[in-house]
Amino acid sequence: MPDMGPPVPDAGSVAGAAAGFARTLRAAGVAADHHREQSFLRALAHLDVTSERDVYWAGRVTLCAGPDDLPRYDRCFAAFFGGRRPSPARAAMTVTVTRTVALPYDPREPEGAGEQSALPATASEVEVLRNRDVAHLTEAERREIHHLLALLRDERERRSSRRFRPSHRGDLDGRRTVREAVRRGGDVARLRLRAHRDRPRRVVVVVDVSGSMAPYADTLLRFAHALVRTEPGATEVFSAGTRLTRITAELRHRDPDVAMGACSAAIPDWSGGTRLGEELKALLRLPHPRGATVVIASDGWERGSADLLGAQMARLSRIAHRVIWVNPHKGDPAYRPLTAGMRAALPYVTDFVAGHSLAAYENLAALLAGRSGRTEREVAADA
Amino acid sequence: MLAELLDGHDYLADEGLSTAAFLALRMGRPLFLEGEAGVGKTELAKTLAAILDAPLIRLQCYEGIDAAQALYDWDFARQLLHLKAAEVTGATDAGALEGEIYDRRFLVARPLLRALETQPSVLLVDEIDRADDEFEAFLLEVLSDFTISIPELGTIRAQTPPVVVVTSNRTREVHDALKRRCLYHWLEHPGFDREVAILLRRQPGCTERLAAEVAEAAARMRGADLVKPPGVAETLDWTAALLTLGATRLDPGLAAASLGALLKYREDQEAVRAEWDGRHA
Repeated sequence: MPDMGPPVPDAGSVAGAAAGFARTLRAAGVAADHHREQSFLRALAHLDVTSERDVYWAGRVTLCAGPDDLPRYDRCFAAFFGGRRPSPARAAMTVTVTRTVALPYDPREPEGAGEQSALPATASEVEVLRNRDVAHLTEAERREIHHLLALLRDERERRSSRRFRPSHRGDLDGRRTVREAVRRGGDVARLRLRAHRDRPRRVVVVVDVSGSMAPYADTLLRFAHALVRTEPGATEVFSAGTRLTRITAELRHRDPDVAMGACSAAIPDWSGGTRLGEELKALLRLPHPRGATVVIASDGWERGSADLLGAQMARLSRIAHRVIWVNPHKGDPAYRPLTAGMRAALPYVTDFVAGHSLAAYENLAALLAGRSGRTEREVAADA
Repeated sequence: MLAELLDGHDYLADEGLSTAAFLALRMGRPLFLEGEAGVGKTELAKTLAAILDAPLIRLQCYEGIDAAQALYDWDFARQLLHLKAAEVTGATDAGALEGEIYDRRFLVARPLLRALETQPSVLLVDEIDRADDEFEAFLLEVLSDFTISIPELGTIRAQTPPVVVVTSNRTREVHDALKRRCLYHWLEHPGFDREVAILLRRQPGCTERLAAEVAEAAARMRGADLVKPPGVAETLDWTAALLTLGATRLDPGLAAASLGALLKYREDQEAVRAEWDGRHA
């Protein structure tokens, strides 16, 4: 390290500068707390405080906590110390996908013509609310449905964990056996056993919030909210429109209306088009789908390439435990999956179910509980 | 400086990584390395162990790993034998038995305890993101004071704390309390010049032309939208495969034949082959 340059600053001014720099970082959203600031000072003590590069690296390894912090750190470093950053900044790591082509959704476009959804326009008087299509409800009826959705219990399917619990059947639990034998003065009276614990299987929900899904998105998000509320540790929710947005944290509010408000603010792309293929690709870069039950709620009106969607669905089906596709239009007996996107996706879907009524959501909840659920015919026969 | 020592063991570190490792050694703090798979996180720990002439103790994390696999376990079979022997001799006082049974000689040291008891040593906690958050709590306790408390035996303390390298592929966000104990470094794929230097150093017999062409092809693949962009580990494997096939430059036929050493997803192989065909056509 060069000995030339300005005289070594005294400890007080170094500490003052470090505190000021940490403050700047905090203002920029880097969690450079007091503890990290102290680490920064200790690191500087081992390096040359008059060397810009040494100060840069000492700060970077002590004040940052993740790749997202690095571009912010570089900006703050340049602003605070007036120097250029010593190495090129890394592009921020995000889970969002920006669509390559901007195609505003136009409901008059003929693309979905093969899939004219003719869900019951004239709902019969005798039809119970449970089986009504949520797209055709009055405000009061919708509120009632939302109320019932909030009461939905998510009895999640269980899977075996690597951890153990005492059990009457299973393998030898050496620790407990020895402990008991010692208590009995060395007499191994009985062997204690242990078995694997089980835990809820993770569910990943992807809700399509594009224009064509607008009548159903709110209800689907409320369903997702019920899942997050009952199994907060084992549920992840994403919205998919023009970009994939993780909204699990927003849905953690207990109150459904507050949670919906938070979602509205967090989702940047309501009622646009969908590029589900690219969004699934982004989802597959995340750890969440592995071994999980993945629920995709979409009508499959894919704006991007159906081949890409098919390829991503193929990968998803190999990584996920089970893939459930919820299509609101499937509630209509006359519905046929004719769009290119839907046809590309279907071969890789474990369960293809409706998602237009409370009864359909109850059926979906049964699927997530590991029960077989009811077939479409049974749901329809109920109507 | 540390960079030269690492270089002497054929690990070509850039300025950021060598500064981070230097500070970790000097400050006695764990080094938390994040980055994509195959950028050399695990290799750094191995190289540090070689430099310090200390054994490398590796703890591979996985979902559900618990204290019995990471810290210590009791040797139940030997404990039970001892109890039987005591029964025969008529020594059945519970208090005395407890003292005999929970003795250091019946304790099986797992990696974390072994690292605390071995001086000097390099402890590699590999892929911490695979373990669950309950495990992070154990690790935090060990890495904070370099002590392990065993209820039946007391506290075991490291006289000289081991050098600790924690790696993560960032499939899950690790808790901030653990990260705060550590020095954090994000490892990038190396730049073109560094990758060429690494290939030449680690693959004797590799021509400069082949190294440059491999590094260039790898850099292009990292820019493409692949499922799993190749890391340095993969380019090293690929170069080894090409050398085995007798290549002195990146011959299209040999490159295509050995692509399996570089790309491990069929989709990626197809995408790259299509791109190559397009360029050679």
